[in-house]
Amino acid sequence: MPSNAAALWRQYRFERRLFWRNLSAAFFNFLLPLIFLALFGAIVSGHQNELDVIVPGIAGMSVMSTTFTALAYNLTFMREQGVLKRIRGTPLPSGVYLGGLALNAVTNTAIQIAIVVVAGRIFFNLGWPPQPLTLVVFVLAGVAAFALLGASLSYAIPSFEAAPAVVNSVFVPVILVSGVFFDVKHVPGFLRDIAQALPLEPLINGLTGGLVAGHGDINHHLTALAVIGFWALVGVVLAVRGFSWEARRA
Amino acid sequence: MIGGVASVETAIEVRDLRKSYGELEAVRGIEFTVRRGEIYGLLGPNGAGKTSTVEILEGYRERSAGHVSVLGFDPNDRPRELRARVGIVLQSSGIYNYASVAESLSHFAHFYPHPRDVDEVIELAGLTEKRDARARTLSGGQRRRLDLALALVGDPELIFLDEPTTGFDPAARRGAWQTIRSLRELGKTVLLTTHYLDEAQELADRVAIIKGGRILAEGSPSELGVGGGSRYRVAYANGDGDPTVIETDDPTRLLHELTGAALARGEQLRSLSVTRPSLEDIYLELTADA
Repeated sequence: MPSNAAALWRQYRFERRLFWRNLSAAFFNFLLPLIFLALFGAIVSGHQNELDVIVPGIAGMSVMSTTFTALAYNLTFMREQGVLKRIRGTPLPSGVYLGGLALNAVTNTAIQIAIVVVAGRIFFNLGWPPQPLTLVVFVLAGVAAFALLGASLSYAIPSFEAAPAVVNSVFVPVILVSGVFFDVKHVPGFLRDIAQALPLEPLINGLTGGLVAGHGDINHHLTALAVIGFWALVGVVLAVRGFSWEARRA
Repeated sequence: MIGGVASVETAIEVRDLRKSYGELEAVRGIEFTVRRGEIYGLLGPNGAGKTSTVEILEGYRERSAGHVSVLGFDPNDRPRELRARVGIVLQSSGIYNYASVAESLSHFAHFYPHPRDVDEVIELAGLTEKRDARARTLSGGQRRRLDLALALVGDPELIFLDEPTTGFDPAARRGAWQTIRSLRELGKTVLLTTHYLDEAQELADRVAIIKGGRILAEGSPSELGVGGGSRYRVAYANGDGDPTVIETDDPTRLLHELTGAALARGEQLRSLSVTRPSLEDIYLELTADA
């Protein structure tokens, strides 16, 4: 039997190849952050302090949509179709299979973050990221937390038809309260408290440090990192306890 | 017991297997043994407990009670070595829609230590013309053949087939039967569930008729046809031309009497036939609701 590392690499490449085959899905996957960047860039054009909020906000949203949203959809679809059950009947270790799916999602995160960084440099006067280490650490932490939470959420989605409603009812409120489109400082105190307890606002906080000059190095964002770490742990517990390989029987 | 060290003769052993879902007892004390190299059929109506039984053997479900051994392993432990030696065709399962037949098969082949040649499997499954077609463009029957091909690509010793031809047209069924028979020639063991009598009769070396979570009868299709007090049916047209049917356990004596009497009257027994109950008759008799 091939080693787990070789099997993981093979599974990842297979998922990657098939991702590009479904061109419309791939296209919209990458178009969405670009549309948001273009729209909000136009709206707040010329106001650098607002651009400094929008760009990390959209970077945070990209992390969440490529991992949390994408995995919640994909795992629900694969489960309801019976792909998960078929894979489970083969000698491929479950962890290798899920690792391949996760790496596929993370690749999309990396591409989207690269798009946001380049757009920030070219169109929004942000320059190259002043704190690349902070950027990388927070992207990795955000990816881990949101991927695990997305996998957990798939368990709460009873059917693929229900997936958009369930996912959006989490995704949309979270991006709204977490300051993707505005500075969290401007929202009422109780909403800000909620946002800061959720994982996206701390992620945007750290990404701001990575992408926008003048927000200090990683030591200024350790509280935010701890909150994300907490959610990653919650994700581990929920994903391990709740994950389902099979469609529920009618 | 050391996993994998099983009897040379036995592929599957099931003793007093029970499975409950809450209040519902789906499997109530099933026992059977599948010998290596045979095709064993579980035949029964929908909801009889066939799929529950098979999915316990495949390692998808936990049993509530009883003893189960598959190639010497307890499938509940889900050992990787067992999964490498078993091929599974589920009643319905998803495939990678955007991968071609050959791509899916060669990807799955890498899961196994000693896979078969991909093109050989494609030919065996009758998918040569669809080799490079994406799975989403396949018809229902072709997808089912891809299911079978995916189960065979790891060169398994034991193959589970859960209603492999449901929804096939007659020609496709014949083709699938031919493929399944060829597995026996390769020395494979097959556990087949079906609710088609003719399928069990065509393919299985031995059949267990299952209903309400219990095995009602077990034997080769021909044994089931004659054994267990089943009666012969003698039919003929009497002197007035009316059709007459007599059931008997002793057709020799009955025929002797009937023909003797007819000869004595100088008549003929027109439309005379002697039939053994088919597996279908047994099946309907056994599974009829009381």
